[in-house]
Amino acid sequence: MSHKDSSQTTPPKRRGPMGGGHPGMGAMLPSEKAGDFKGTLRRLLSTLRPHRAVIIIIFVLAIFSTAFTILAPKVLARAFDIIGDAVIMRFATGSGDLDYTSLLRILLIVAGIYLFSAFFNWLTHYTMAGVSQKVSFSMRQDIDKKLAKLPLSFYDKTPRGEILSRVSNDMDNIAMTLQQGLTQLISSITMIIGILIMMLTISPLLTLISVVTLPLAALLTARIAKHSQKQFSRLWETTGTLNGHIEEMFTGHQVVTIFNRQNKAAAFFEVENEKLYRSSYKAHFISGIVMPAMNVLNNLGYVILCVVGGIRMVNGQMSIGDITAFITYSKQFTMPITQTSSILNTMQSTIASAERVYNLLDEQEETSDAPASDFPEKTRGEIEFIDVDFSYLPDEPLISNMNLHVSPGQTVAIVGPTGAGKTTLVNLLLRFYDIQSGAILLDGIDIRRYPRDVLRSYFGMVLQDTWLFSGSIRDNLMYGVGDHVSEIPDETAMISAAKAAYVNHFVKTLPDGYDTILSDQATSLSQGQKQLLTIARSFLANPSILILDEATSSVDTRTELLIQKAMSKLSFGRTSFVIAHRLSTIKDADTILVMNEGKIVEQGNHETLLAAKGFYHDLYHSQFRSELDEAI
Amino acid sequence: MQKLLKYYKPYIPLLLLMLFFLIVQSLSDLFLPDLNADIINNGVLKSDIPYIWRTGLIMLVVTILLAISSITIGYLSARSSMAFGRDLRTALFDKVQSMSQGEMDNIGTPSLITRTTNDVQQVQQGSLMFFRMMISAPIMMVGGIIMAIRQDAPLSLSIVFILPIMLLLIFFLAKSALPLFKQVQTRTDRLNLVVREKLSGIRVIRAFVKTAYEEARFQSANADLTKISLSVHRLMALLMPTLMLIMNISSIFIYWFGAKRIDSGEMPLGNMAAFLSYIMLILFSLMMASMMFVMLPRAFASAERIRQVLDVEPSITDVDTTDTAIGDFNRLEFKNVSFKYPGAEEPVLENISFSALPGKVTAILGSTGCGKSTLIQLIPRFYDVSSGSVEINGVDIRKLRLTRLREYIGYVPQRAFLFRGSIAENLRYGKEDATETEMWEALRTSQSEDFIHAMPEGIHAPITQGGSNVSGGQRQRLAIARALVKNPSIYIFDDSFSALDYKTDSRLRHALSEKTITSAVLIVAQRVSTVLNADQIIVLEKGQIVGKGTHTDLMESCEVYREIVYSQVTKEEVG
Repeated sequence: MSHKDSSQTTPPKRRGPMGGGHPGMGAMLPSEKAGDFKGTLRRLLSTLRPHRAVIIIIFVLAIFSTAFTILAPKVLARAFDIIGDAVIMRFATGSGDLDYTSLLRILLIVAGIYLFSAFFNWLTHYTMAGVSQKVSFSMRQDIDKKLAKLPLSFYDKTPRGEILSRVSNDMDNIAMTLQQGLTQLISSITMIIGILIMMLTISPLLTLISVVTLPLAALLTARIAKHSQKQFSRLWETTGTLNGHIEEMFTGHQVVTIFNRQNKAAAFFEVENEKLYRSSYKAHFISGIVMPAMNVLNNLGYVILCVVGGIRMVNGQMSIGDITAFITYSKQFTMPITQTSSILNTMQSTIASAERVYNLLDEQEETSDAPASDFPEKTRGEIEFIDVDFSYLPDEPLISNMNLHVSPGQTVAIVGPTGAGKTTLVNLLLRFYDIQSGAILLDGIDIRRYPRDVLRSYFGMVLQDTWLFSGSIRDNLMYGVGDHVSEIPDETAMISAAKAAYVNHFVKTLPDGYDTILSDQATSLSQGQKQLLTIARSFLANPSILILDEATSSVDTRTELLIQKAMSKLSFGRTSFVIAHRLSTIKDADTILVMNEGKIVEQGNHETLLAAKGFYHDLYHSQFRSELDEAI
Repeated sequence: MQKLLKYYKPYIPLLLLMLFFLIVQSLSDLFLPDLNADIINNGVLKSDIPYIWRTGLIMLVVTILLAISSITIGYLSARSSMAFGRDLRTALFDKVQSMSQGEMDNIGTPSLITRTTNDVQQVQQGSLMFFRMMISAPIMMVGGIIMAIRQDAPLSLSIVFILPIMLLLIFFLAKSALPLFKQVQTRTDRLNLVVREKLSGIRVIRAFVKTAYEEARFQSANADLTKISLSVHRLMALLMPTLMLIMNISSIFIYWFGAKRIDSGEMPLGNMAAFLSYIMLILFSLMMASMMFVMLPRAFASAERIRQVLDVEPSITDVDTTDTAIGDFNRLEFKNVSFKYPGAEEPVLENISFSALPGKVTAILGSTGCGKSTLIQLIPRFYDVSSGSVEINGVDIRKLRLTRLREYIGYVPQRAFLFRGSIAENLRYGKEDATETEMWEALRTSQSEDFIHAMPEGIHAPITQGGSNVSGGQRQRLAIARALVKNPSIYIFDDSFSALDYKTDSRLRHALSEKTITSAVLIVAQRVSTVLNADQIIVLEKGQIVGKGTHTDLMESCEVYREIVYSQVTKEEVG
């Protein structure tokens, strides 16, 4: 939580559960295409396999529901005919009775059809919700399981926001399509076929007339869609630029004002804002043409139907009920067609999302772990590096032929200028990265022969990057206590750890004490206080070996002194690796590793290193000691 | 919302035109079923084929009219809504730019960003929807009812039964669905939070062997989200079938009662189909309108957040300033300055008096929260003093034009902030026409030369947003170089050396002292070593000056100073 994601404000891609069926909404998604459409689709479908039976039932239900909807107008046509017959009879002969019994019977049948259709429709979506939620739940679980198995190198090279958007945006996208897309697709296709059959049974000629306008409609929508997609992708682009500018100028407000650059910023904003305006009104305008254009075509067909139908009826080739039924059908016909095309559209972006998720799931995992045999709960803490070679990138060797022996309880300091790669050793010790050759031994056993979890449970870490999670202070302190520990520490143990790390005092001043919830907004602990909390966490964890990263800038000097004291208390009697920024604190270290540009350049204790008059000597003398000596 | 309405003002002609077309659209829409009834009643039933042709032609004309008005509405609504959004964004951007730091703190920068981006988008989308669907809904509803009555008045009574049922259903569903939607959002946020924490703490999690614990945390968040999503979707599964059912059952009743009216000769046969069409139109408009009630509150909430920003009155402006020329800088002075954040009870700074002269270094030292940063932020007027005054050459800075005042100052903030662009572009923030030589000189002084040389593109190397592609120390050095390029009379370094190691820090300060012979330098620092050689060290404690003098003076006279020094140096080193 000390880390806020500096995720850029990108246009939200989310579609609410209600927004799915909106005209033009589908076109608003930027067109994304999956690299391997077929393969990804097959894989996505295979995740549905366990639910095969339910999905088949859902499909059957959807087909039934649609079939009933299609049947209704045809039956209603008979009702209309009964009324019409009576009217025409009366027209012709002056008298005619309306057959109320038949009418009632037909209307009751239609009511039943509608009821069944609605019931099946509801059942379809109800059941589908279960399946889609189950599938997305387990897909998210898969992602999380995978995250636990990925090596650190993956996290170091992949931007956090990217991983995050797989879990949220991409999964949302997939879940939405599973929920609505599949059933809609099935019912749309059923509808198209069903209506076509119905229309044909009523009048092949009229069917031909209504189908003729179809290719025209398809052509028209495809044309418009192409245009609007272009406009929308331009819209996303300009939105991105403008939002980026806004974010930058607002966060850099002080700098902008101090350099008197407000006018420049406003001028750039003006230009981009105008661009955004142009692309957005064009995009919205074009995507808004589809509906009216389809309407014109529809109504055109409608008029022709009326005319031709009217003529045919006058000639006695069709009944009035048939005409009304046919008109109803032809009106319903375009709906599933536009729906299918919009589903296929969203399907593309869903497959692209699925592909991104699968890419994550296919990432190379950590090498397999050593089998868990009986390892003790504690180690002596003897560490040995033998001829260790390591590099992050194959052609840039960092550590070569490193040898180091650390006896239990000794302190190793790692020093060097900013950005010298002091965390590399931590990465190696905890096996966040594996060495290329040589060996690192813990108590005489190669660390690769320990299961990672066992190895790591021997270590405790206090990092400058104070990571606490949103939860109570108590939970955060107890966090360090691993599952391997036979005895869970009690309240007294926690408080004494807190006292040792100098946090008890300020925690008690918080209104909820140890139950205070840490979160981004609610509590404002200082950076120093957070670091003290992580030290207390390590006290509770009681590890055999410690890795300490000294605090630097963000802490005021007196809190820093406190941290320093707490750290030396913590490291007493334990093998410790200290990443040091102030040389004065590590003079007594048993071994000092001097790092520069990622490599270990010198190794020895304070006296030998000073005598060597090398890098350490320079570093030491450039620090304030000499200046201070003169001054005091 | 009302306050934002004025931003529609320039587009009133567009909107009136749109209203006209909306009416044309609705009338055409309403006219079509009527024509259809005519075709059946007067054409088909009377076997009058020329009549059918004639009416058909009219229908076509109406259809085309309908299309033209719909497309025009689409154009006008897009244009006016997007222009409205554009103007709002400009207003917001300008407003925020004119704000002082205090006003920005009040709302918070991240929130200001979302208000200018997402909230405006929300409002403009809402506006578009409103124009396209909502205005026509009541017209269609009233028109539909009139037309239905025209077709057959007694049968129209059915509306009285159907409408309340529909309304009740929609109301009930919305009422139970809305809280669920909100919950879905919170639980989604919760899941994202868990993942984000997991990603940022990956090393700690693995070091503490907490993978299993984290998996359980994720699983519970995931299960919570799944559960609530399931309820929402199951509830929403009810919506469409029930609405359709109500519509369909209504049509069956209309058939039944309609048959009776036709049978008794009170209603022509053709009117039945038309009547049904009108009922469907009415119900459809009703659905659209109620959809709006779900969508609009979001836009309203956004509008409210935008209004709050627009309502802010910038407190630090050029209103009282006079454009007096005060000549070359010769003195910066704090006179009895006190500062209190608006609404706060305790002052942050109290009775601060000191002066800074050209060629002299003034260091400000003190523990976190003692008011150091606040103090120097008073100089460029990020905040204004509550009492007392800050003066340059004896003139109160509140009397100086803001741009003039800021020309005097080179400020390097605590969090070095770089802009997207090249390194050169960033440096030119300091001076727009800076030459390469000037820039290299600044880079040399700020100890950035080496790493810039190491970049293939040199000073034209790109900087990503926030400067995330260079290290913290490099960022600080570039920010210092940027201030150097400006060559100001007053340098302000707000803890700007913190990310540098001691070696670079001391080299930089040496180089700096040669460049700042005619400038006053103010340094806020944590490390004693940074301030050792300052001409004047001001020790702050709880907002008050507790010591002022050189290192040697203060070692003797100031207890707080000694404490700070000893906290950074072990005893034996001092002794």
